[in-house]
Amino acid sequence: MAVLGGLLTQLLHIALMLAVAPLLVGVVRWLKSRLMGRRGPHPMQPWRDLLKLLRKRPVLAEGASLVSRVSPYVALGATVLAAALVPSFAFGMALAPMADLLLIGGLLALARVALALNGHDAGTPFGGLGAAREMTFAVFAEPALMVCVMVFAVLIGGTNLNAIGHGIADGQLGLRVSLIFAAVALAAVALAENARVPVDNPATHLELTMVHEAMLLEASGRHLALWEMQAALKLLVWLGLLATLFLPYGTAAPGSGPFAWGLGLVLWGVKIGLLALALAVFESAIAKMRVFRVPEFLGGALMLALLAAALIFVSTGLA
Amino acid sequence: MGFGDTSYDVAHVLGGGMLLISFVLLYQRRIFALVNALALQGVVLALAAAWQGHVQGAPQLYITAVIALAAKGVLIPIYLRRLVMQLPPARRAEPASGIGASMIAGFLLVGLSILVVLPATAGARALAREDLAIALSVVLLGLLMMVTRRTALAQIAGLMTLENGLVLAAVGVAGMPLVVELSTAGLVLVIAVIAGVFARVLHERFDSLDTSVLDPHRGEGT
Amino acid sequence: MLLGACFLALLGLGALGATGRAPRWVFLGSAVASAGLGLVGAIGLPATPLPFGPPWGAAQVAVDALAGWFLVILALAAVPACLFAAASPPPPRAEGAGFPLFLAGMALTLIAADGFTLMLGFELMSLASWALVAARHATGAGRRAARLYLAFAAFSGICLIGAVGLLAAGGGLGFAAMRAAPPEGWRAAAVLALVLLGAGSKAGLVPFHVWLPLAHPAAASPVSALMSGAMVKIALYVMIRLLFDLSGAAQPAWWGLPLLGLGVATALIGALRANLERDTKAILACSTLENMGLMVAALGLALAYRGADLLPLASVALAAALLHALNHAAFKTQLFLSLGAVYSLAGSRDPDRLGGLIHRMPWVAGCAILGALSAAALPPLSGFASEWLLLQALIQGFRASDMSVQLIAAASLAVVGMAVGLAAAAMVRLVGLVFLGRPRTPRVAGAPDATGLMRVALVLPTLLTLVLGPLAAVALGVLDGPIRQVLGPQAAAPRFGLELALGEGGSRYLPGLVALLLALVVGGLVLLVRRRSPREPARGPAWDCGFLPPPPHMPFGDPLSQVSALGLGQPIRRSLGGLAIAPREWLVNQPPGSPAAATLRVEGQDRGFTRLLYPLARARRALSREAEQLRGLSLRFYLGLTFGTLVSLLALVALLERG
Repeated sequence: MAVLGGLLTQLLHIALMLAVAPLLVGVVRWLKSRLMGRRGPHPMQPWRDLLKLLRKRPVLAEGASLVSRVSPYVALGATVLAAALVPSFAFGMALAPMADLLLIGGLLALARVALALNGHDAGTPFGGLGAAREMTFAVFAEPALMVCVMVFAVLIGGTNLNAIGHGIADGQLGLRVSLIFAAVALAAVALAENARVPVDNPATHLELTMVHEAMLLEASGRHLALWEMQAALKLLVWLGLLATLFLPYGTAAPGSGPFAWGLGLVLWGVKIGLLALALAVFESAIAKMRVFRVPEFLGGALMLALLAAALIFVSTGLA
Repeated sequence: MGFGDTSYDVAHVLGGGMLLISFVLLYQRRIFALVNALALQGVVLALAAAWQGHVQGAPQLYITAVIALAAKGVLIPIYLRRLVMQLPPARRAEPASGIGASMIAGFLLVGLSILVVLPATAGARALAREDLAIALSVVLLGLLMMVTRRTALAQIAGLMTLENGLVLAAVGVAGMPLVVELSTAGLVLVIAVIAGVFARVLHERFDSLDTSVLDPHRGEGT
Repeated sequence: MLLGACFLALLGLGALGATGRAPRWVFLGSAVASAGLGLVGAIGLPATPLPFGPPWGAAQVAVDALAGWFLVILALAAVPACLFAAASPPPPRAEGAGFPLFLAGMALTLIAADGFTLMLGFELMSLASWALVAARHATGAGRRAARLYLAFAAFSGICLIGAVGLLAAGGGLGFAAMRAAPPEGWRAAAVLALVLLGAGSKAGLVPFHVWLPLAHPAAASPVSALMSGAMVKIALYVMIRLLFDLSGAAQPAWWGLPLLGLGVATALIGALRANLERDTKAILACSTLENMGLMVAALGLALAYRGADLLPLASVALAAALLHALNHAAFKTQLFLSLGAVYSLAGSRDPDRLGGLIHRMPWVAGCAILGALSAAALPPLSGFASEWLLLQALIQGFRASDMSVQLIAAASLAVVGMAVGLAAAAMVRLVGLVFLGRPRTPRVAGAPDATGLMRVALVLPTLLTLVLGPLAAVALGVLDGPIRQVLGPQAAAPRFGLELALGEGGSRYLPGLVALLLALVVGGLVLLVRRRSPREPARGPAWDCGFLPPPPHMPFGDPLSQVSALGLGQPIRRSLGGLAIAPREWLVNQPPGSPAAATLRVEGQDRGFTRLLYPLARARRALSREAEQLRGLSLRFYLGLTFGTLVSLLALVALLERG
């Protein structure tokens, strides 16, 4: 029974993630337009774009190789697997024992490398530029993520995402300063990983400062659809990760029934919605920074993560 | 008294919030944002003092809280904003250099204060120990800011952070006498520095708020 | 028996190689002999005294679990390298002679069961590899690299002899005798320092890393592959043997901290330099520095945990080091051979003269991309499994009771995370420059693919890398033996069945399942998407970013409109470069009126040179100047000097006698 429930929740969860991801992008865009006083496109617009793009034949650049044709599938596959590991409405899904935070980081890194190789493939100047910048940002984002993982490991004892979410939802840990620090650090990492505003601008295509879009300049047709889906799903994975790590309240416990799932689903929607709103407000309020200031921004995140670790050592040493 | 205890947790989180804002101050180069962060820190300090008053049952701490909220959360930031408005736009930000180094230095200072406070307060309650460590970190970060920043307004921000840290340390210790007096005195000091024509004089005489302009005039007037 | 036969075969092949006849058979024979050595490693061998040896006792050989593991690694790196060498054009005679001797030296170090044989093998390895580096370069930068390498090799030999001497002072030169009398007090500390200096400089630890990115690329490609894939592992083995095994289990926890610190520093600097180098083989050599740093850091963690009585964690860290040694041997051998194939077939090691080779060399490019992804530590490939173990070992550092150790673990975790990110960036840069994009020179546009034996030499380690990823737990099962031998009978490799796991209910990683699920998801995606959009892609010109269209004599476009090696390294050089090198950037402006373009020049020199070697050289010059001045002194002063020396010697003797 428990196995069946786990399998069922897992399948439902994957379907939910895939369905919500483009919608989330649409909602964020709509919210941003509203905040800036525009009407904005319908939140379903990204889904419509995707379905249209999926039918179209891709045009490959003359210098492009097999890498351009394989990398979108690999990147989206890795991201889907990562999305399957981050709980949404219920803990204890079938893949829960696998949901190691380092593995999730590794899968996202695989997607990132596939994207960077795609950027290199056509041999255009922007592609290589974007790839080099993307990998540079990851150099600062990855250690921040790892040190945050260590903070949770100190609290819970391991790096399994389910165990962490469950342990924090229990409420035995109380409020912790370290968690606030880690939350700020992870939020900064999430902004950088998803190419959001202070690091990159998701709304423009032709900027000399761009990173993410530069690697996709040569993608078209179904390949572009895959890449857009990957970016949307990555955003959802990161927001889901923040929700699971810092607001795991209300998520259904392992082995619970459909009613708890429903409750968890509603609460999850509220959490993701709030995070999307926060993202939209933040992006509207802040200007993009110069590329060479991004390492400082992410270095600050790393410092905060280290501080979180230091404070957690202190408090566990005292308790 | 431990984790899961609300009185502990809230005090802890408020202190941590102040430390976080200190890091924002250290990182931020635009002076408007600096003033906003400073106001936020004042509000958090007021909350921390009020919470301690509630937990310790010490009504005089509420006075501290009100003073902090009114002066640091509202009045001084408003005044500082008006000061900044008088600056030409180019002066409203500092050149972004050495942020990474000052962040690392800040991290090391926090580590230092933890390593200093914890052994020195062995035997005290866990709450007091950790809060003291955080307060000392805020004080040190304020000092660091005063040392590394060049414009007078940023240095004032550093001084205010320093003073906030001192008040935080004072309210965190149960039964500490003269907390209200201490915070008021600190406030008077800060106001004296701000209002003490420091910025004005610089602005008029040298057309700059950069204190390094003063260096060639050292020893004059003695 | 087999062991003896393999050694005789290697020595005989060395002699044959020296004659310069039948070089192909020399290398093929070496491949067979190293495969035999690997077999010996898998079987094991009890301690046997040899019928010959130094005057004070017979030399002893043994293959225990630890040595066996490294013998297997040696064989896995050596067989493809030998095949590649056999497929290459005939080398100079010195190389034909040195190659089998190099293999024999490495194997002798591994099978030694007494200090003398160990040092004999180590020195044979050093000298043979020096000869191999020097063989291709009679003059010039390569020769200077070889000279620098020889100096460092001599230094490491001297330090190791000192360490072995200190260990042997208790009983005798045999390993059993050394184990029976582990060093204590200042002797133990001296052993640690000497091993760190000796084996550390062989492994390329900071600050003795400067020779490695110069010497490894200077040799022929199969030799580079062996040096990076196998020789540095021998240094790692010597470290484990001397510090874990022969120094006894009672050493304090702080022993691990110098290793941890040096390891993470090396990892960071190596990975950083890999992003800045402008030579494909130097990029790989710097990546070797990074990986050695990670392994040594894992060793340091294992020592620290063992000293703190956290045996399960110690075995996680040790397993990380040993497993990573195997994985690194596989993918680094493969990468060196792939880039060697590029060098010999496309004619350059400069990435700014390569590019777009995936079209002309699909086999080489495919192998190299897989190896690079593994080196970038991406799941489900092999590199990720061992780095997962290392990261877990670091994360669990909070279980140490001392807060300073916890803080060190957190800081090390941050540095290792940075090094891993930098390694991924370096590998993407390497692949992007060499194999993707457009050709930058006509020569590259017409390069042929690797064929025959060379292709076999590339495919073998690639398969190994592919297999080691999902089946990491199987390799860990084999590691039970070495871990028990080093950490005691209670220790075990961190695995349950087919998964890597930290104890029951702890963190776990199921590499096989991840690979399977990833394959399923990607396959499903391909099916779904292709059903909706079945048409084959069309081809069109790439958007040229506003550059002028290339002239007709440039059919592959203007090479200048692709990012160069320096350009790709720029973001990292600007943000972190100052840590590893002393970079200088300056603009070369043309005089007014000149039509030539202004250029940006970038130069950088490793801080190891600017901080260590140049000051040493300056000090030596200063000393010799002082000595020159001594000649002009008066007789009275000479007498005074002599007298002073005599008196201080006497005082020293008196002091020693009292103490």
